[in-house]
Amino acid sequence: MEMTEPITWTCTGCALLCEDIQVYIKDNRVEKVEHACLKGKARVYGCKHTAMSTVDQEEVDVNNAIRQAAEILEEARNPLLYGWSNSTSEAQVAGIELAQTLGACIDSTSSFCQGITINEIINGSVPSCTLDEVREKADVVIYWGADPMSSHPRHLSRYSYFPRGELRQRGYEEDRTAICIDVTQSRTAKICKGMFFSIPPGGDAEFMQALMDGLAGRVPKLSYDFDVKRILELAAVLKKAEFGVIFAGLGLVYSIKEEFDLISEFMSTLNRFSNFFLIPMAGHFNMRGFNHNLHEETGFIHRVGFTKNGPVSGVEYSVVEQLKHGADAVMVVGSDPLASLPLSISRRLKDIPLILVDPCSNLTTRVADVTIPCGVSGIEVGGTAIRLDGKKMDISPLIQGDGLSDEMIVRRIMEEVS
Amino acid sequence: MAFAVALLSRTKQYTECPPLMEEDKYIDSRQKLEIILKPMEGAEETGLIIHDELCSGCGNCVVACPVNVANDPHGSGRGFGPTNEKVIFRVENGKVKAANVKECRRFGKDKILCRACIDPCPTEAIEFV
Repeated sequence: MEMTEPITWTCTGCALLCEDIQVYIKDNRVEKVEHACLKGKARVYGCKHTAMSTVDQEEVDVNNAIRQAAEILEEARNPLLYGWSNSTSEAQVAGIELAQTLGACIDSTSSFCQGITINEIINGSVPSCTLDEVREKADVVIYWGADPMSSHPRHLSRYSYFPRGELRQRGYEEDRTAICIDVTQSRTAKICKGMFFSIPPGGDAEFMQALMDGLAGRVPKLSYDFDVKRILELAAVLKKAEFGVIFAGLGLVYSIKEEFDLISEFMSTLNRFSNFFLIPMAGHFNMRGFNHNLHEETGFIHRVGFTKNGPVSGVEYSVVEQLKHGADAVMVVGSDPLASLPLSISRRLKDIPLILVDPCSNLTTRVADVTIPCGVSGIEVGGTAIRLDGKKMDISPLIQGDGLSDEMIVRRIMEEVS
Repeated sequence: MAFAVALLSRTKQYTECPPLMEEDKYIDSRQKLEIILKPMEGAEETGLIIHDELCSGCGNCVVACPVNVANDPHGSGRGFGPTNEKVIFRVENGKVKAANVKECRRFGKDKILCRACIDPCPTEAIEFV
């Protein structure tokens, strides 16, 4: 096939799901990609090393690997199905069905990421909006504990700061104010210049409280050294906002920990004076999709156990607790827990049967008892995904792959189990 | 002084100065000039240099550049990838590329020292020499 017209593609490099990417294909290979950032480019060119179909680290036929995986899951008394944030919604739904069939626990990376924020948004405790609304209307944007310039490189140029919007025609210099609250002077903080508020690690809750005092006209008090005048100035900017957005990063979520009520209280206080929304900075392309799909099936967004009495949710069903002491077999789909979880937790993966479904060879493939390679979602496999703001997006495959999709693999395992 | 100004505005090359090239007593000065002017070698006509190794392809410059916005208001101006060939900046294979530099506000006799693409760059990948 000759390189012809470019294909318009939705990028699955991160949860922004940029839908304006132009990809040139020649002989079923990507020749050139336009408009995608470095993360998107890395995604579109696929794995550096593709995963092989293995059982006990020996190469086998993919059908044998699927049979072996089914056997492990069937024999387990308390299996855990984990990962899912790099899979299409269709694969996630299949995974939820498999968990139900097995009476297993199911959890995703959102368990230690933005799950708590997404839960509040789905339950309606915190107001949220779409990225398109941000582009068209937002005049004040806050990056709190988030560094989109590193994690979602096109965030500011596509939606939140630089583009001209319907109500923001004069450009970012005049029409928008970008604020960064963080513990470090990140790349995003550099863009925000004079509106960067440097706080100490763990100081977010206190800063939020001080800001609420400022909004209410009280003198803010802080246990750490911070210029109170600057907080009052910030409160004045927030009060004047016509359409404000807080992009909550992991820095904020980890700092606030279980006191998430404080964020709800902060949003309510803020919205007594102005009009603010919160958007979680989900990382993987379909992390939010898993939360929505599981919520639709069970009423819970993550950390679910399928018991005889139906689905239940709690911290004891989280990937961390299950890996510490619970799961006696694990199937990981589209994740690399050995690289992303602390060794004290992921260490147990080598002591229990481990199945990995992933397109790429990674650290976890080195200890997996069964590895089943699948097509790369968004490159070889199409479907749907949910953007970080909750908008459903269609994803078309770019090239024809040799392998099965993760959805097909999960469904094949389900057939074997049944 | 006139030659120095011409050198900085890149209308003359240092190699066009006969004493500098021919007289031994200026060898040190010539070597120093070579080092100073080295970064200008890869520069566009406007003096634009893009440091590929620093660029993350975020596209801030693509959307912030006033020429991009004027020439492609419904593409670059709205945060999308450029929709025509009249723009200066576009991202290809994860790195920003420059074209149509004659459209740049820093080009020509009436140039102005616009910083619209420099200031939004979080990695200092864009420089003018």
